[in-house]
Amino acid sequence: MNSLTTYLFIAAALFIIGVFGLLQRRSLIGMLIAIELMLNAASLNFMAFNRFLAPDPIIGQVYTLFIMGFAAAETAIALSIIIALFRRIRSINIEQARELRG
Amino acid sequence: MTPLQNLIDPALLAQTAFAVVVVFTFAGALTAVLPRNILYNVLGLILCLTGVAGIFLYLGSAFIALMELLIYVGAICISIVFAIMLSRPLHLSLPKRHLPKVAGAGGVAVLVFGALAGIVVRTPWQPAPVRSSDWSVATLGAYLLTRYDLVFEAMSIVLLVAILGAILISGASGRRSS
Repeated sequence: MNSLTTYLFIAAALFIIGVFGLLQRRSLIGMLIAIELMLNAASLNFMAFNRFLAPDPIIGQVYTLFIMGFAAAETAIALSIIIALFRRIRSINIEQARELRG
Repeated sequence: MTPLQNLIDPALLAQTAFAVVVVFTFAGALTAVLPRNILYNVLGLILCLTGVAGIFLYLGSAFIALMELLIYVGAICISIVFAIMLSRPLHLSLPKRHLPKVAGAGGVAVLVFGALAGIVVRTPWQPAPVRSSDWSVATLGAYLLTRYDLVFEAMSIVLLVAILGAILISGASGRRSS
């Protein structure tokens, strides 16, 4: 509970669960959820380094806030794209979205 | 010492709570990835993010934990639920699972975990020689408006562009299809 490695392993496990979900799902919303897991693993790493290594504990918190802001922006854009895509092809399965395939 | 502290060792209590939080996080993460019903995935994501907020508490920042709850659980998960309701109805048939694809994804995940674990174990992590211990929210706010001003401004402009982009993308396609 009080060592850096514990937190790094937790973050790594969270990250690979996200990788697994991203590769295995075919629903766009499912892939978005997996990306959120990976972003959370990254913030967890930043906060762990912040707690155990950093000279100034503000830096990691600023970075984590930055990641959260980006995640919110990314989710808004992704969800609007998903909804636009659903209106077009009536599905959110990525294997149906092959209009640009040529 | 209060009577409660005599009864239960606080360190043991803290460790138990940490284990519970970690178990919640992983249970939530697996629920977010494995079931094929998309609504269960969102519920798992909420559980996982709440667990991550608990881990942030153990890492010393109550402010970031609250922000995690507010932004991720409060905003992102709710908007994902909205997107689910606006897109594929839940009663339609679920897509079938491809076993080779799942196996491939699992293989890649194990490889990535091996690489990450190797890096974590082999790197000699050195703490900074001089470490400040100022965790207060007031300092964080002061730094955000002075030294890390660029981060604050970049975050603001990205969020503004994202809002405009989201309105434009979903609104424009709505006009075209109607």
